[in-house]
Amino acid sequence: MSRQLQARRTAWLEFTQLAADHRAVNLGQGFPDFSPPTFIQEALREALSGGYQMHQYTRVFGHPPLVRILAKFFGRIVGREIDPFEDVLVTAGAYQALFCAFQALIEEGDEVILVEPFFDCYQPMVELAGGKTVHVSLRPSQKVEGSGVPSSGDWVLSPEELASKFNPRTKAIVINTPNNPLGKVYKTEELQVIADLCVRHDVLCISDEVYEWLTYDGNKHVKIASLPGMWERTVTIGSAGKTFSATGWKLGWAISSVHNMKNLKIIHLGSVYQCPTATQEAVARGFEREYELFGTPESYFQQLPAMLHQKREKLASCLGAAGLQPVMPEGGYFMIADISSVKVDLSDQSTEDEPKDFTFVKWLTKEKGLATMPVSTFYSPEHRREFSQYVRFCFVKEDSTLNAAEDILRKWSQTQ
Amino acid sequence: MNVARRVLSLMHLCFVLQNIMTSRHTHTKRIEGLDKNVWVAFTSLAADPSVVNLGQGFPDIPPPSYVKEALAQAASVDKMNQYTRGFGHPSLVKALSQVYGKVYERQIDPLKEILVTVGGYGSLFSTMQGLVEDGDEVIIIEPFFDCYVPMVRMAGAKPVLIPLRLKSGKKTVTSADWFLDPDELSSKFSSKTKAIIINTPTILSGRDELQMIADLCIKHDTLCFTTLPGMWDRTITISSAGKTFSVTGWKLGWSIGPEHLMRHLQTVMQNTIYTCPTPLQEAVAQGLQHNFELMGQPECYFSSLAEELEGKRDRMAAFLQEAGMPPVIPEGGYFMLVDVTPLNQDLSHMVQDEAYDYKFVKWMIKEKKLAAIPVTAFVGEESKKQFEKYIRLCFIKQDSTLDAAEAILKNWRKI
Repeated sequence: MSRQLQARRTAWLEFTQLAADHRAVNLGQGFPDFSPPTFIQEALREALSGGYQMHQYTRVFGHPPLVRILAKFFGRIVGREIDPFEDVLVTAGAYQALFCAFQALIEEGDEVILVEPFFDCYQPMVELAGGKTVHVSLRPSQKVEGSGVPSSGDWVLSPEELASKFNPRTKAIVINTPNNPLGKVYKTEELQVIADLCVRHDVLCISDEVYEWLTYDGNKHVKIASLPGMWERTVTIGSAGKTFSATGWKLGWAISSVHNMKNLKIIHLGSVYQCPTATQEAVARGFEREYELFGTPESYFQQLPAMLHQKREKLASCLGAAGLQPVMPEGGYFMIADISSVKVDLSDQSTEDEPKDFTFVKWLTKEKGLATMPVSTFYSPEHRREFSQYVRFCFVKEDSTLNAAEDILRKWSQTQ
Repeated sequence: MNVARRVLSLMHLCFVLQNIMTSRHTHTKRIEGLDKNVWVAFTSLAADPSVVNLGQGFPDIPPPSYVKEALAQAASVDKMNQYTRGFGHPSLVKALSQVYGKVYERQIDPLKEILVTVGGYGSLFSTMQGLVEDGDEVIIIEPFFDCYVPMVRMAGAKPVLIPLRLKSGKKTVTSADWFLDPDELSSKFSSKTKAIIINTPTILSGRDELQMIADLCIKHDTLCFTTLPGMWDRTITISSAGKTFSVTGWKLGWSIGPEHLMRHLQTVMQNTIYTCPTPLQEAVAQGLQHNFELMGQPECYFSSLAEELEGKRDRMAAFLQEAGMPPVIPEGGYFMLVDVTPLNQDLSHMVQDEAYDYKFVKWMIKEKKLAAIPVTAFVGEESKKQFEKYIRLCFIKQDSTLDAAEAILKNWRKI
């Protein structure tokens, strides 16, 4: 592997450092700055004071209580019997689940379709597996003037353009719903278009659903694996970190038919071997609680999106007042905003070949003390220029952080 | 063609297409032949609560309480439940640089010369993927921890094996009686040799042998995955919190080495796992800090654990000898190899095509309710005959487990 490896995310490391250097209010990084729910912290405390087994090796492919509840929980959602020992793999974060999926399923010369904008790790992972990425972009459809705030739901794929990307070398397509950075929540009809192409061309689908519980405005998360003909060819990936607001626990999972899972398991066995026991035990207890409370107001999966709904609204209005044009996300952790109308002269700031959003992010961090991320990093090199007028904000932050951001934006709008 | 036949032929066509479709999605070449694993095979057999488990290497004694408390405390801090630095949590890499700086007597840069991984296993993987290329050769000493060979192969390289050999004519055997033949070792180095993997403590611990390996590495410009004097620039040292603090279920490990090698491991990390769990790293940092201050004193866990295990080692060796099974007394580590030849156990009724030790262990689990691990899991095909009368027993177990094992062995001949 070593020759193909590129040190990646140098842009991320640079922006994170810049934010730290300027002590900026950080809406750049995608993790909560509030605590995980009490019940999950309690579950970990209980696990830690359990018998000696909690601190020793557990089952390689996933701690039995965890794989059992994941199979039961998601089986109920997709309407099928999921075998906890055959169909489920617990991984070191959704990140490692993605790694296992690509290494297990992508061969030298395979093509993999990535829907832009995409979480940036997909591309290097496909390339590491010897695959070639093919890109298709979500694009904002034309909106009627005055028809309200743009929504992530306006960003769609052209079915013809999508179909044109499939050929005999296509091995897989990667989708992320709810989407990072856009916040799009794919509707059933949109997933059906993708599913039809997958079935027709015998292509696999890797579905990154880490933000599955975070949907707003009544939008529903739909699992592509539940569509006809898709269970056998979809690897669905989830994250305990995003589910329970505990990103530092680094636990995730991959679920698919045994036919695919037996290969992911081999990669897992040869790379990480197994995940920590105590955190798996705690996540199992978290899911058991949520299984009983599912759909009720006490469920964390209802409470968290309700809380974030407000934060999202508030941030959108502050951004609007400062001259940015936010795109209201239907789901997820993030909101993107169009910076084209911002009244700031950045011509002396930009380095020659730097995309506009990079320059803006640096300026906003240094001059205003507010850190964000440029959206063009979520695009392939060939499409970066076309989409360099957006920046991404994370609103999964406690009120004091969002209030500080609001102050900055309000003061800035007053100077304009 | 009438309608019925047309429909039938269409159905037949669909059925054939279905077969063609699903057969396209089989495993990738990189995992060819890697599906067999000794742990997956034996852990479920040993999981039966009526079986005394001396197989897989984990303690059934509790870890030090301050380590468990450190984890509970860390998890109660908001920040500690969110992502930390990718290459290693700052307080942990700082503690590691202090502890290992003292051990190696050199300054170790916590940010550039250390990587925290998911267990020692994750470090082995990052090292292999970061430094070993398609077509390289990697020398592995038998018996070896079983993952080395599949990891080398997954990196597209060729494992080159060399067995440890037993000095003849010894009555009581210790791990020091196993040696590497210098000429044989030298013959394994070629222009394609990228690295040699050493695992110590294990059977191989003698200083002279390590120096011999060092000399060959320098001569052939080979990397070494361990540490020896004068070897810093070509060595990656791998270790484990799980084994250091008796918390194998925490799955945290680390690699330490020079920046020009470590940056490749860090790149692998960025592209595979990205970062390790935060609260676990914070707790290990505290454990290391605590023991760093005690280093050299008897209260230091690194010394007290070794002392406790020496007692258990001696006890197990004694009851094995009494049962007529000569053990190989280890100079270090968690395990003891035992030669089962004197038992003359007839296993001809077991018809599977497996090495003797695999059959013996399966038979022993079933008939004697005692679990071990067969040693041929740790050697290549050509060395199987040399090692197939050995089984591996783990002695980092509480007294009641060792009592139960001793009772089984005392009653061995009676059944």
